[in-house]
Amino acid sequence: MKKGQVVLGCLAPHPPHLVYAENPEQNEPFSEGGWETLRWGYNRLARKLKKVDYDVMVIFTPHWATYIGTHFLGLPKFSSLSVDPIFPNIFRYKYDLDVDVELAEEMHKAASEAGIITKMMTNPDFRIDYGTITSCHMLNPEWDKPIITISSNRNAHYYSGEVMNEQAKALGEACLKAIEKSGKKVVLVSSHSLSHRHFVTESPLPEDMSREHIYNHSQYVWDMKMIKMMRDGKMKEVIDIMPEYTEQTIAETEAGGLSWMMAAMGLPDYPAEIYGYQSVIGTGNAVVAWDPNSKTREIVL
Amino acid sequence: MDNDQNVLFGIYCPPHPHPLLAPELNDGYKNLRNAYDNLRDKIQASGADIILIYSTTWPSIVGHQIQAHPEPEWTHVDDDFHYLGSMPYKFNIDTEFADAYRDAAESRGLHSRTVAYDGFPIDTGSVVALSLLNPDNNIPACIVSSNMYSNRSETMVLGKAARDALSNQGKKAVVVVVASLSNRMFTEHINPRDDKIHSPKDDEWNKKILEFFRDGRLEDLSQLSRDIHGQIRIQKVAAYKPVWWMAATMGQHNNYHGEVLAYEPLHGSGGAVIQLTPSNESIGDKEFDEDDVEYYHGDRNVLDRGNL
Ligand SMILES: [Fe+2]
Repeated sequence: MKKGQVVLGCLAPHPPHLVYAENPEQNEPFSEGGWETLRWGYNRLARKLKKVDYDVMVIFTPHWATYIGTHFLGLPKFSSLSVDPIFPNIFRYKYDLDVDVELAEEMHKAASEAGIITKMMTNPDFRIDYGTITSCHMLNPEWDKPIITISSNRNAHYYSGEVMNEQAKALGEACLKAIEKSGKKVVLVSSHSLSHRHFVTESPLPEDMSREHIYNHSQYVWDMKMIKMMRDGKMKEVIDIMPEYTEQTIAETEAGGLSWMMAAMGLPDYPAEIYGYQSVIGTGNAVVAWDPNSKTREIVL
Repeated sequence: MDNDQNVLFGIYCPPHPHPLLAPELNDGYKNLRNAYDNLRDKIQASGADIILIYSTTWPSIVGHQIQAHPEPEWTHVDDDFHYLGSMPYKFNIDTEFADAYRDAAESRGLHSRTVAYDGFPIDTGSVVALSLLNPDNNIPACIVSSNMYSNRSETMVLGKAARDALSNQGKKAVVVVVASLSNRMFTEHINPRDDKIHSPKDDEWNKKILEFFRDGRLEDLSQLSRDIHGQIRIQKVAAYKPVWWMAATMGQHNNYHGEVLAYEPLHGSGGAVIQLTPSNESIGDKEFDEDDVEYYHGDRNVLDRGNL
């Protein structure tokens, strides 16, 4: 069997505002749009994904937060309604998705062998988090590929940003081993914002773009620094300063997603594809992809 | 004391699902379950008009969210403890109170909104508390979120707004605060029979906090909240807030009768079921200067006025 591989890595922010603004039939609330810079970037990345040959999308999400190890979705089908606990006014989404349980179990095993505490999630009533749904919907609105969600173990809370970084990297390396063994072509998705300070009020019309801006300038400057390093292919440096960046901007990288994905992709030293950057309720969000294939890698923005 | 009669008593209880789903796994979980059952009976016999819950496992960002669906119904599963089973629920929510609480919060300068959506994910702590304390939905309930950015002032005002709403509606409440004491869990899966408080330090702090609760010293605990946060709370949120809300809602003083019904480990965290009842009995055995004073009347004549 041919060795499995990661064919694309995506930084895919999940403010539910993006799905809300797209008005897909699965989401109940109606919007007049908003956040086009991010959505159009996402749309373009989704078109690229249509041309990528892959078997499964593996998502690491901050909104399935676990404190006792790392958990993997372990049932073949989940179908229900996802209501965002923070923004229920804009996200009430009916989902019906397939899980690649075989690969999930392989990842679970590889992580466990690497000394990481793990658990398979096999409760059929379990509700899929809105981070998974938003990122997957924006990347593949047809939902025609199976997914695997990996929970985010919150070492940053229990120990420190440094411990989080190391454990997320170890998990990434273990997941890569499982992917290679599986013979599958995998798209990795790190689902989160960059800087993550929210406004605590919302305008009467959430999509009123006259109200949208970054929470403060220091968040913006840090985000731009990170994006420049991504553009320059300096992912080792990005991961090295991750604890500092996360602390300074209370970034959603605290869940470990980007460190996990970059470790699984061997800390890319080639330029990332930048699809867009915009604030959502004050947080900084970038849509970014890493294409290991130099023939298909593009300069997008 | 002024209008403390709006709160019949307060309960402090842990958010984890073991007492609901798996009390048989160890004696401690069973002990916690018995404490919930005991308080369930007390609530049902109390004549309360409403059970008002402040849950630390319902974080909000956009202001303060208040549950206002008249009959929220779902089958909830915990993110970590999904293997213990599912929690089907259907609750009876006092929507009029929810609206009044929102209005009271707004008029005290807070950003607040009610949420009433089918399928809204009610958090583990609220589901556990309401399922155990009010299993037949005899008493209408309401749930308020814990804003992840709010700190002391905002939390105190949120508690005062709860008092306003209860007072405006003339309702008698049992208030329930859902929170662990020390909240560091073991980061590995354990045999429930081996469950214990994560560290002796956490255990000692928990026991000291319980001593304060047992003495009815709610205001003293409120003032200790920042130390508690630094010493035995993992740094998930900005501050340890539940006692601030509890004190602001019930009355900021130490005149309570406290009873610790159970204190047990829940996967390493400190789980305590505590009842706190407004009381006048502590005249003579507490300091006379820890009240929430609105108008200064000069030094008290302790001999004939007690702590009033
Ligand atoms: Fe998020």
